[in-house]
Amino acid sequence: MGKYIVRRLLQMIPVIIGTTFLIFYMVFAMPGDPTAGKCGERPCSAAYIQKYRAEHNLDDPLPIQYGKYVAKLAQGDLGTNQYGVKVKDDLQKRYLVTGKLALMAIAVEVVVGILAGILAGIRKGKFVDNLVLVSTLFVISIPVFVIGALAQYFIGVRTGLFPVTVSSKATFYELTMPALVLGSLSIAYVARLTRTNLVENLRADYVRTAIAKGLSRRRAVGLHALRNSMIPVITFVGFDFGALLGGAIVTERIFNIQGVGGYIFRGIQMRDGVAVVGAVTALVIIYLFVNLLVDILYGVLDPRISHE
Amino acid sequence: MSTTTSAAPQTRSGDGKITYTPVDGRLLDVEDLHVEFHTEDGVAKAINGVSFHLDQGESLAILGESGSGKSVTAQAIMGILDMPPAKIPEGAIKYCGLDLLTMPDDQRRWVRGAEIAMIFQDALSSLNPVFPVGWQIAEMFRQHRGMNKSDSLAQAVRLMERVSIPAAKDRVKAYPHQFSGGMRQRIMIAMAIALDPAVLIADEPTTALDVTVQAQIMALLQELQQERQMGLILITHDLGVVADVADRIAVMYAGRLVETANVYDLYAKPAHPYTRGLLESIPRLDQKGQTLAAIGGLPPNLLRIPPGCAFNPRCRMAQDICRTDRPELREVAPGRKSACHFAEEVLDA
Amino acid sequence: MSESAVLVEGAEAQAAGGDVGDARSLGADAWRSLRKSPFFWVSAVLILIFLLMAIWPSLFTSTDPTKAVLKEARSRPSDAAWFGRDIQGYDIYARVIYGARASILVGVLTTVFTVLLGGAIGTLAAYAGGWVDSLVSRITDIFFAIPLLLGAILFMAALSGTMTGYFGVIFKVVMALTLLGWPSLARLMRSSVLQVLPNDYVQAARALGASPWRIIRSHIIPNAMGPMIVVSTINLGAYIAAEATLSFLGIGLTPPVISWGVSINDAIVGLRTTPHMLLFPSLFLSITVLAFIMLGDAIRDAFDPKSR
Repeated sequence: MGKYIVRRLLQMIPVIIGTTFLIFYMVFAMPGDPTAGKCGERPCSAAYIQKYRAEHNLDDPLPIQYGKYVAKLAQGDLGTNQYGVKVKDDLQKRYLVTGKLALMAIAVEVVVGILAGILAGIRKGKFVDNLVLVSTLFVISIPVFVIGALAQYFIGVRTGLFPVTVSSKATFYELTMPALVLGSLSIAYVARLTRTNLVENLRADYVRTAIAKGLSRRRAVGLHALRNSMIPVITFVGFDFGALLGGAIVTERIFNIQGVGGYIFRGIQMRDGVAVVGAVTALVIIYLFVNLLVDILYGVLDPRISHE
Repeated sequence: MSTTTSAAPQTRSGDGKITYTPVDGRLLDVEDLHVEFHTEDGVAKAINGVSFHLDQGESLAILGESGSGKSVTAQAIMGILDMPPAKIPEGAIKYCGLDLLTMPDDQRRWVRGAEIAMIFQDALSSLNPVFPVGWQIAEMFRQHRGMNKSDSLAQAVRLMERVSIPAAKDRVKAYPHQFSGGMRQRIMIAMAIALDPAVLIADEPTTALDVTVQAQIMALLQELQQERQMGLILITHDLGVVADVADRIAVMYAGRLVETANVYDLYAKPAHPYTRGLLESIPRLDQKGQTLAAIGGLPPNLLRIPPGCAFNPRCRMAQDICRTDRPELREVAPGRKSACHFAEEVLDA
Repeated sequence: MSESAVLVEGAEAQAAGGDVGDARSLGADAWRSLRKSPFFWVSAVLILIFLLMAIWPSLFTSTDPTKAVLKEARSRPSDAAWFGRDIQGYDIYARVIYGARASILVGVLTTVFTVLLGGAIGTLAAYAGGWVDSLVSRITDIFFAIPLLLGAILFMAALSGTMTGYFGVIFKVVMALTLLGWPSLARLMRSSVLQVLPNDYVQAARALGASPWRIIRSHIIPNAMGPMIVVSTINLGAYIAAEATLSFLGIGLTPPVISWGVSINDAIVGLRTTPHMLLFPSLFLSITVLAFIMLGDAIRDAFDPKSR
């Protein structure tokens, strides 16, 4: 197992380098003068422009720029953004908010999605099953930003159950509705995946054996079949984490959340390359580590998968 | 509950569970069992009135092609048929005089595994892939006997040793896929005999195994059966497997018994053309050079079983009566029955 | 075999409802069960209608979608304007009809490109094996590590200011989604090809000296592409939703281009007072996405009866 983790970490190095280069390339290929708009209404002074360009190695060819960036990154230096604030400090605050949002979305996704999937799976072909199948299809087919806007209006404005926007404190209560919206698509997928796997496993020979052993139906289904059905579901939740972080851009915009998604989006609009690259790089690295974690967990959950 | 209750001496032990005691050594009485499967294409009549019995220490082989209803019979006895689509419109399955089919669910559950246990054909898919084998054996003791984790695991090791799994203590935490086919089937057997069941049903226990391993598993089953005086029901399509182990043989065709006899009589002189066909299709060393006689055609579609004798379209001896009148299973010689209009002729041939 | 046995077999075959045996291929079998599926027919008819709408919008409406009737702006649905009018006084029905083209173009083109790119790369990796496989798999990982929406936003930002015409923007969106969408199909194709490779018919073709290209074309691809077709049909819906999301964020299609995403973005602000402006474009978008998901599900069920 230890060997496997080391090998995976080594494999991750070229992937991180490639991915960050790709991001770096896309961000700094953005058209426009990066120093435009940095000095208020007036154009910047020649001296400032020169200083800025030197500081960000803008006169070097892109691969060299990238090399210098990675060298700094390796020391934990993500540079400073347009306002002279360290990107690292910004990101720490922002990632706390988005992390909270994403974890809440995953919690909702796992609890609601799996429960709905189990209900549908054990009552296959019955009313509950059809209800789950139809409602998840609805959720999947409606774009997240429409769901977000509808939730904001009907739950936030009309009933006043939850706040319409999220303050900079980003409390648990404020994030409840955004987390539901962010996780909505994944809830639907988790429910369907759980159902499909459970239905398939309920027909498995080992469930028949469990019944033949004199176990209760509850134990045969709830332990023997479910334990096997959870393996692909947990894998999905892990890989879905990346989509969740990407989706945060939309959700954070709708609910005005001060998270990473908003930060990246604002950075793109303001042509603040340093901020965008830092935020996206951090996001991708987190995502890659989550994937590694899921792969390791997969081996633990399914003893047939060998990591040797 | 029916009058049979009083005929069999059942006692309730302190925890409310029933202790089952066979009357005159009789463990199992299957009476006029019918099983149907309700499918989109119609009603498939898988079992159409099967009756047999099983005594303590006795081994009964149920023989038949796939689709003959032999596995369905076993599953009906175990109570592991999926209902629906399966339905049991008629019949009784009495264990120690008590009808399992009318028994409350929770009572029947304690019969499964503890009183009547079963071994399946494919041990790899029948064992749960994500739990260690020891854990799966120990689950029997934890669920039925309320035993704690360490005691039940010790019992699992003891059973694994009994079925001759080498280094049982070390392998108790291994997973099913880490064993060979033969070893996996031994684990299935250990799990089935864990609670000393009175009846053991083995559904094609050796079909998925190599020939040499087959012999070892059959020898183990026979040994355990004699050691524990279990009633053994052996479901198979393989006449070769049956000869050494079974006392009696029941031959099934299209959901009915077509012949029952003790093993020596049946091998010496079959009383049904179908049984004769089966015997003729075994290669024999003493008849080298002769062409093997296969039974032509296929078993009938259970959605439309032909009228008269179900075997008539494949039978070399079929006459007009076979296509109109269904032959009843009747005694054709002492201790043996056949469902053929011409059983005596077959027997004398 | 005796004559009676033949009779029995014949009766059986009839009972089974048709021809039995090797003569019936997997594809024919799947088509037979597909024909019986109501979901298939509903989705196929819907998709056909949307395709017609995209190719030939004037078939569905004679109203000019760019004709603004300002004094009737935001009017509710009426006989004159079936779906009402939007903030500019445009006829919403006409705009919804004309908006289909952008979504269908993005969905279909992205699907075609991801299938070609992902399929080719996945097949190459699996067939070549060895270092080619390792290299290609790492490259796939690099692109896979960037979440679809996030990467598409960066890509669009990087190319902002270029290709601003209708087809230019659509082409950019297609490129962005293709660039980030191919890795999942490449992984899928690689694993299905790996499953097909050890089969006897591939080994036999090799032993007979067939060229690699011939083996791939006539033995591997036909047998390995099933899962990819199913997934990419479902993905088509997801790409349409992604295009709308980019438009919602203001970096996909922008006015004056007519598209569902643009219409939805315009309407969200007025959700409170003029919900009909949001309803109709969202409805069309969702039904399109739904149709492709249903089609994908139906095809999968037809090929894999177990999953029902």
